Amino acid sequence: MMTAPNKTISSNDPATLRRRQWRMLKDKIARYGMTLGGISVIITIMLIFFYLLYVVLPLLLPASMEEAHQYEVPSQTAGNTLYLAAEEKSEVGVRFTDKAHAVFFYLADGSIISDIALPTPTDAKLTSFNHADSAQQVVAFGFDNGQALVVKHHYDVKFTLNESGDNDRTIHPSIQYPMGEDLIEVDEQGQALTQLAVQMGEEENTLVAITPDHRLIVAGFTKEVDFFDESVTLERDGGELPLPKLEIAYLLLDKEQKVVYLADKAGLSTRVDIRDKTEPQVLQQVQLVENGTQLTSLTFLTGNISLLVGDSRGKITQWFPVRDKNGGESLAKIREFDAQNTPIVDISPEERRKGFLTADSEGQIGIYHSTAHRTLLVEPITNANITHIAVAPRAKRLLAEDDANQFHVWNIENEHPEVSWSALWSKVWYEDHEEPKHMWQSSSASNDFEPKFSLTPLAFGTLKAAFYAMLIAVPLAIFGGIYSAYFMSPAMRGTVKPTIEIMEALPTVILGFLAGLWLAPVVEANLPGIFALLLLLPMGILLTAYGWRFMPKIVKYHISDGWEAALLIPVVIFVAWISFLLSPPLELWFFEGDMPQWLNSVGIDFDQRNALVVGLAMGLAVIPSIFSITEDAVFNVPKHLTSGSLALGATPWQTMTRVVILTASPGIFSAVMIGMGRAVGETMIVLMATGNTAVMDFSIFQGLRTLSANIAVEMPESEVHSTHFRILFLSGLVLFIFTFFLNTIAEVVRHRLRRKYSNL
Amino acid sequence: MRNWWKSGAPWIWLTASAVTISIVVVVGLLMLIAVRGLGHFWPAAVMEANYLTPEGQQIRLIGELRDEETVPAYKEPKIQVEGDSITRYLIKIGNREINKLDFRWVLAQNLSNIHHPKNLVVIERHEWGNFYGYLKAVKENGQIVSEGETAWGELQQRLARTLKIHEALHEIERGEIGKINYGLEQLRLQKRRLELSNDTDPVKHANIEEEKSVLNLAYEKLANELGELNTSAARDSFTVEIMDGQEIDIQMSKVVRIIRPNSLSLTQKVGHYFEKGWEFLTADPREANTEGGVFPAIFGTVMMVIIMAIVVTPFGVIAAVYLREYAKQGFLTRTIRIAVNNLAGVPSIVYGVFGLGFFVYFLGGSIDQIFYPEALPAPTFGTPGIFWSSLTLAILTVPVVIVSTEEGLSRIPSAIREGSLALGATKAETLWRTILPMASPAMMTGLILAIARAAGEVAPLMLVGVVKLAPSLVADANYPFLHLERKFMHLGFHIYDVGFQSPNVEAARPLVYATAFLLVAVIVMLNLAAIWIRNRLREQYKSLETT
Repeated sequence: MMTAPNKTISSNDPATLRRRQWRMLKDKIARYGMTLGGISVIITIMLIFFYLLYVVLPLLLPASMEEAHQYEVPSQTAGNTLYLAAEEKSEVGVRFTDKAHAVFFYLADGSIISDIALPTPTDAKLTSFNHADSAQQVVAFGFDNGQALVVKHHYDVKFTLNESGDNDRTIHPSIQYPMGEDLIEVDEQGQALTQLAVQMGEEENTLVAITPDHRLIVAGFTKEVDFFDESVTLERDGGELPLPKLEIAYLLLDKEQKVVYLADKAGLSTRVDIRDKTEPQVLQQVQLVENGTQLTSLTFLTGNISLLVGDSRGKITQWFPVRDKNGGESLAKIREFDAQNTPIVDISPEERRKGFLTADSEGQIGIYHSTAHRTLLVEPITNANITHIAVAPRAKRLLAEDDANQFHVWNIENEHPEVSWSALWSKVWYEDHEEPKHMWQSSSASNDFEPKFSLTPLAFGTLKAAFYAMLIAVPLAIFGGIYSAYFMSPAMRGTVKPTIEIMEALPTVILGFLAGLWLAPVVEANLPGIFALLLLLPMGILLTAYGWRFMPKIVKYHISDGWEAALLIPVVIFVAWISFLLSPPLELWFFEGDMPQWLNSVGIDFDQRNALVVGLAMGLAVIPSIFSITEDAVFNVPKHLTSGSLALGATPWQTMTRVVILTASPGIFSAVMIGMGRAVGETMIVLMATGNTAVMDFSIFQGLRTLSANIAVEMPESEVHSTHFRILFLSGLVLFIFTFFLNTIAEVVRHRLRRKYSNL
Repeated sequence: MRNWWKSGAPWIWLTASAVTISIVVVVGLLMLIAVRGLGHFWPAAVMEANYLTPEGQQIRLIGELRDEETVPAYKEPKIQVEGDSITRYLIKIGNREINKLDFRWVLAQNLSNIHHPKNLVVIERHEWGNFYGYLKAVKENGQIVSEGETAWGELQQRLARTLKIHEALHEIERGEIGKINYGLEQLRLQKRRLELSNDTDPVKHANIEEEKSVLNLAYEKLANELGELNTSAARDSFTVEIMDGQEIDIQMSKVVRIIRPNSLSLTQKVGHYFEKGWEFLTADPREANTEGGVFPAIFGTVMMVIIMAIVVTPFGVIAAVYLREYAKQGFLTRTIRIAVNNLAGVPSIVYGVFGLGFFVYFLGGSIDQIFYPEALPAPTFGTPGIFWSSLTLAILTVPVVIVSTEEGLSRIPSAIREGSLALGATKAETLWRTILPMASPAMMTGLILAIARAAGEVAPLMLVGVVKLAPSLVADANYPFLHLERKFMHLGFHIYDVGFQSPNVEAARPLVYATAFLLVAVIVMLNLAAIWIRNRLREQYKSLETT
């Protein structure tokens, strides 16, 4: 019976068509989706690279500067400027004048906030002026009657609610008198003070001055607060030092109030110790500038350890006292900057970094950083001669005054002056150090600390750790891989391979923890045993191998070839036990009973958490990766090659060395590369198994600090987007690039090898 | 001999030894961790002995023997010994507030009359570690209610009561008051949001105030309840005689557990062992993580791994499918393979750096600006947290999933694909209906391996979200239940932190071993599971190919 099909199978009715279109669309979507998913792997790795680069790049940018405001010098009737300064927020500036006025004005437009005439003696003339360390905001005026006035410019920030409900911030400048409004008698003989310097401390204040009759006067004032009415009295103690008949043009006092520097125009400087104020002592005389040049500017770098010397040829040199072999200190020239050509008129150190700004007589401004030895910018800001400059506390604004009575305010963009190629990789001469060194010491509590950002010790530590790890891992892993691929019986391989996989999966934090808390003390206590083990183990194995030949046939018959590794288990355990047993007598015979102490006594420093421990622990972590890839490469050597070799009469070992290893060597090479990559980047093991001290010493008994451990330790504490933060990103980028090269080479080599195998 | 040498046999033995050494070391390490980690929960015997101090004093020592070392006598020339070696015991003497230090090294030769009295008690406390001594009396409100032999029974009863109260207190403090605080914080943020959007609708503000007063009222009620419970918990105390003969009063509310280890029978010891083990798995840490349990760390690790798995599986599988099924083998696939290998080879700390910069500060910072302006300047997502940790680890583990899935795909015979295509299925349908289901065990393997890797990874987490002590869990009863922005605790980091950052490393060490054992056990099991699945899979495909 036939029934007319009421539904024909047609491929063209609209419903089917729609369905088919829908299916095709889905197919297409899947194709594009999958492609996107595949490519996103590349995107991810690129994103990591470029993001790291993006964070690092600002380190390399030069400084820039742009004019913010220019106007006539405010309140010119108040006299000529002696000193310029700005407050924390860079909104208000102050200039102290030669008529002893303090003129506060808004930096934005030069409008005067207040013009304060300071209380000067009516019968005396102003003869000298100086400022204390800029963070103290203190200046001093010296008069021809031997007296001085010390004032402080102070700023109160007040918030007032405006109409829209937000807080308006206003800054109220004022003048304070930290040593009282009365004049201070510096020279008890009443001579004029031709040069003056001041520094204020918590309790101790010091003023030093020079008189026309060539005396250096040191006057210390100890604050004593009266217990009842809280009135302040100053206790003076001081002394004098007769000076040779020189025209002293510069007088500097450091903020610790311990050292005074004097210098004349020809650059002859004298360093005077004033720790005992009653008896100042000349320490040293140094010529600061070359013959034929004039000293045109002299100031302290922040921290008041280094001197910055500007000369008439536009050269700036940095000097600081260096301890010499005899235990004494002498002023040494550390580095020079030679980017400007006309006399340096003024140098203004940054308050919180080791950078400084200079002005030369052609109206050019230079921005420098001392530690990084970096000239960040030299740019003219005016055609007139600059007379004074000042940099705001946060180093984002420059104030300058020129002899055409113009006042300039420039904004500075200079976020990361501390970094230069030499600061990162070369030896740098840091303040308070005897010689140039590689050092990493990133942070400290105080503002005038000199950060030491040398990546060299960290890179060195990284390579050192990787080297010792590879020293242990490479022979074990390659030999093991070769054996298990070529000689081992398949049944045994069935248990060995998963064990190696589990070894690879062991979290490094566990290995690190065991290395730090268990292995390190064990190694320290059994040091000779560890070395005995290195010697005894091969001997024991060879002895066993030799002895195996004389085993009764029946035993050999039951244990087929390829089980050597299992047979050796008791041997290895036994030899290890013997070695540890031998440790105390060895220590007694050769090392006077205590090997770590003996090492110290022969001049080898011994840390408990040292490179040996790291090498053992990290070697263990690296073995599985090298092992698996080696095994893979050896195992995949085409069988006809080995069979041919064996058929021609070569022993298995000859086949191995002459045929298999040669063919598989690219694979073994890439295994080592990948193992190296792993060792270089490993973090937790080195973090826990070493003392993390950034020393440059290749000794196996000393600790180290690697790039990765450094990131792990310091990143959580570093301020976001600070130089330190970016340098840590840079070390991440260095690790990334290094391992990228290793991995890419390994992958390319392996790819070639795979092709070669398929062709063979 | 010469022939033997020339045959290369010694070399073969040497290469074999490399395998042996690796295996011995791994197995040895696993055993070391297992023995030390599992031994932690066994109730150690407490000893009493007379000890002659180096100063020549005869004192009584009570404590647990924790370690023993023997050094050759020549290493300690100052100590007069008989024989040529010195044995020293590390004794945990506890009673931290009295003895200053929990541990004391003593010379074995100066110990005499070592015995283990049955009635020595070990008191585990919420703070200050263990306390050792003899129970003298039990007190209620300062009045002795029981002394001598009966005191132990009385103590047990009263301790059970106090523990119940303590549990109730804990419930209120962590549960209900936590909820109220969370509610108050949410109200504060709501109010701030209204302010930011210049919404001055008085109804909304009034609502917030009203809810706030309701919560405050509830809080006061709970605070009263807490006060009552506290006074009730403070009722009982007991007196213990310690090793120098002093009698010390201890508040019952400070006690977690009291045992007499020397009088426990074997079954009781086993019971205690499992009780302690259970506490380790389920309780919160005490005493700066050196005592108590690791539950928050387990919970944090699991949550982090789950979120990671949700992200990494599709990403890895799609990439693998593209590589194996769609892409023409050529430059692009080679580049992708290089990229995969590099993702696998880039040091994990670099992922941490990237995650911190890109996820936390860049993405998180932007999310805060857009979605959580009311909480600023306090960051919500712009600070390390579990979501960013999971994402970071997802990138780190994606190569594992890719490699494993690819292997699975490559083993599927092409006949199956061709058959499906020949029957008219599109490529996507072939993939969805036949290939992916067949490859799912391979994906599973990849996922398990990725999880194992992520569970053990610590370095990047230190930068993107892990903390030593998280105030609250990532998931709780407060809406929206899963708090992706919170910081979390992690087993691996716990090991690092307690083992290396803890002020009292000696006291913390057993716990670190226990935690390490837990982590290793989980990871080994995950790996064994993956290996098992993979082997089964290979056999299946083998049979597919032969039929």
